Amino acid sequence: MADDTFPRRKFLLGAGLAGTAIAAGVAGPVEAQQPTPAAPPAVVPPPQASEPFITLNALEAAFIVAVVDTLIPADELSPSGSDCGVAVFIDRQLGGAWGGGAKMYRAGPFVKGKPEQGYQLPLAPREYFASGITATNAWTRKAYGGKDFDRLAAADRVAALKAMEDGKAEFENFDARAFFAQLLSITMAGFFSDPIYGGNRDMVGWKLIGFPGLPATYADKIDDYRNRRYAAEPQSIADFS
Amino acid sequence: MATRLKEIDAVVIGMGFSGAILARELTKAGLNVVGLERGADRNPAEEFTLSRLRDELRYVVRLELMQDNATDTITFRNAGDELALPIRRFGAFLPGEGVGGTGIHWGALHWRFLPTDFRIKSVLTEKYGAKAIPETMTIQDWPLSYDELEPFYDRFDKLCGVSGQAGNLRGKPISGGNPFEGPRSDDYPNKPIKTGVAPSMFGEAAGSLGYHAFPVPTATSSAPYVNPEGITLGRCEYCGHCNRTACESNAKASPNVNVLPVLRADPRFELRTRVFVTRLVYDKQAKRVTGVIYTDMKTGEEYEQPAGIVVLSSFVFGNTQQLLLAGIGEPYDPKTGQGVVGKNYCYQFEAGGEAFFEGREFNPFMGAPGMGTAIDDFNGENFEHSGLGFFGGGYIACLNGGAPPIEGRVLPRGEPRWGAGWKQATAKWYRCNTRFNTQGSVYAHRDNFMDLDPTYKDALGRPLVRLTYNATENDHKMSRYLVGKLEGVIKAMNPTHYEVRNRPKNFTIVPYQSTHNTGGTMMGSDPRTSVVNRYLQAWDAHNLFVQGASVFPQQHGYNPTGTLGALAYWSAKAITEQYLKNPGPLVHA
Repeated sequence: MADDTFPRRKFLLGAGLAGTAIAAGVAGPVEAQQPTPAAPPAVVPPPQASEPFITLNALEAAFIVAVVDTLIPADELSPSGSDCGVAVFIDRQLGGAWGGGAKMYRAGPFVKGKPEQGYQLPLAPREYFASGITATNAWTRKAYGGKDFDRLAAADRVAALKAMEDGKAEFENFDARAFFAQLLSITMAGFFSDPIYGGNRDMVGWKLIGFPGLPATYADKIDDYRNRRYAAEPQSIADFS
Repeated sequence: MATRLKEIDAVVIGMGFSGAILARELTKAGLNVVGLERGADRNPAEEFTLSRLRDELRYVVRLELMQDNATDTITFRNAGDELALPIRRFGAFLPGEGVGGTGIHWGALHWRFLPTDFRIKSVLTEKYGAKAIPETMTIQDWPLSYDELEPFYDRFDKLCGVSGQAGNLRGKPISGGNPFEGPRSDDYPNKPIKTGVAPSMFGEAAGSLGYHAFPVPTATSSAPYVNPEGITLGRCEYCGHCNRTACESNAKASPNVNVLPVLRADPRFELRTRVFVTRLVYDKQAKRVTGVIYTDMKTGEEYEQPAGIVVLSSFVFGNTQQLLLAGIGEPYDPKTGQGVVGKNYCYQFEAGGEAFFEGREFNPFMGAPGMGTAIDDFNGENFEHSGLGFFGGGYIACLNGGAPPIEGRVLPRGEPRWGAGWKQATAKWYRCNTRFNTQGSVYAHRDNFMDLDPTYKDALGRPLVRLTYNATENDHKMSRYLVGKLEGVIKAMNPTHYEVRNRPKNFTIVPYQSTHNTGGTMMGSDPRTSVVNRYLQAWDAHNLFVQGASVFPQQHGYNPTGTLGALAYWSAKAITEQYLKNPGPLVHA
């Protein structure tokens, strides 16, 4: 546990700053052309990556950042998952109505059932993710020399997630494969949902695949673009608010 | 103790397509009608607007318009000897909630059943002999014919401003349409909507194999259109977003846009929302439902609303549950085969695949759920079943429903699902793939049914509906046959890569498959084998009219809403022209 002496909050801040540098690198040419001096510090928006979390504690946040950065690593196609806001997205989803179990039938008795019968745990998503994070860290501490998932080297994080995905990670009292599926699903939702929810910053997910976002009125375009790519600078809900 | 309200001429439970049509037709006939809806009011002026509708997370992923499982759900098991467990959040199917019901978020694929579908048991018996139908296959003829229902199909087509290409106009074959369809008394209200590159390729490939391709009919108007209610519909914008949400252009038909504006303006109609009907008040001696008990969710107060006529138009599960709770009709017992309420639950047996065309540009985000090309060569009795070992079939289609980025991405098998490799693959394949679907029928099976759960209850303390359902051998054989035919067409399209998928052995309640749930209160010509008669009037309560796909004796190889809407008009006509003059059974058993 020697590694754990390094406080996670500082670690997170560090990750955020590094990410900002990457994001700035992507936007470099545009910034270089700006002739006007920077605005006074008071009106400069804070760096996006240091946005506070609503519900995740420092340990959980470090886990989620490590997961989303492994599922969506920074490369020439996009910044990392957390730099795209995916960790913030997950935090807000878990801290909101969905995470609290809205529109979910939660009466017992609770019985395991068959896979065909779907999710049968009493846990709302917020509680489910908390339990999953605890279970994953307990497993990585056993399998990877006492380290929590977020403290693993990049290659070990990939291997650990792969083991969970393939059903080869033996968690105690928790379904590793199902938890991985939830992590992947919510990460993709964060990477591709409208930026209003905190992820998909600068519509980076939409740009990756060529999705034009809003307003999506194509009646006068669909015939003209048969077999021809329709490329438009994407727009999000905020652009129309 | 419920507060007893003043009696009203008619009460309508559930304000989806059927409920809205019945309320409209009954008020037009001079009745005072109260519409009861347990969900929110949904007014297009506030809710069907941009930019709020272009929100995949809210509508597609978090299911904004769907039934609240916290209040009410069903339990599910594959077989009668298993323990049913609650569906804690809907997955395989997504009933809607609120004014408009499932008629807001539907895909608006708008089909009619085949003339032979309406007498399927007789047709199979005539063609293949009575012994060819398995004893466990509890299919029945409909108690009305295609020809009888046709004028009502036509009315619903016009209400919705359906876009399509006729294939059979008053018996005359029309080139480019579906040659297998029943005769239409009139053309589609609108020309087919525009189509995408991939559906065009599908049509050409199907034609090269000798099949008959045609544009999928859809209740999405291709041009501005004024429906018979005087309501102006807009044109489809091909936004690719309307599956699971509403349409800001008023092009996709919904009760909210196509009927309710005139109903809301009618002083004979009163809409009460967030009122949850807990039970029907049944007078068994008089064979009447005297009214309904509901809880106003805004105050917690309970009311009794007496009514001369009760229209039950909730979803399949709610309709069945109300009859079981009230003791109207004999509950079905799968061990003896006796009883009718809950019998012949059916689903839609959909299977399909994807094809990838490297380097092509399909702009998959442009589309509409009903944008596509179909063949009907392998539906119902459009093809010979001798020696195949199954009955039924379905249409096969290539559909361009839009490709919203969270749930509308697909990758070839073997490509990474995450990491740097995934990013490259998803950027490469997103814009150049297309999807296919086979809309398989489900012919009823003795073991698939609904009853009341002995353990789990809803938020108002009522037992949940318990669904016992699994795929049958007939379903699997039928579906594999359709998928085989689909694969032939895909190959002829010459893709870089393709995949087709057969259905898993057991039905599972995740992931999404289809909201085409049918049966439970089926219509028929004999009270021993049906719950409602040909006018959707309950055999055991003459002032109770049960609407919706719960009256289907089995599910055929098409989306159900076209038939559901036609039946609503058919039933409304019988009420207003026959029942009001002489209240009592319209059919004598």
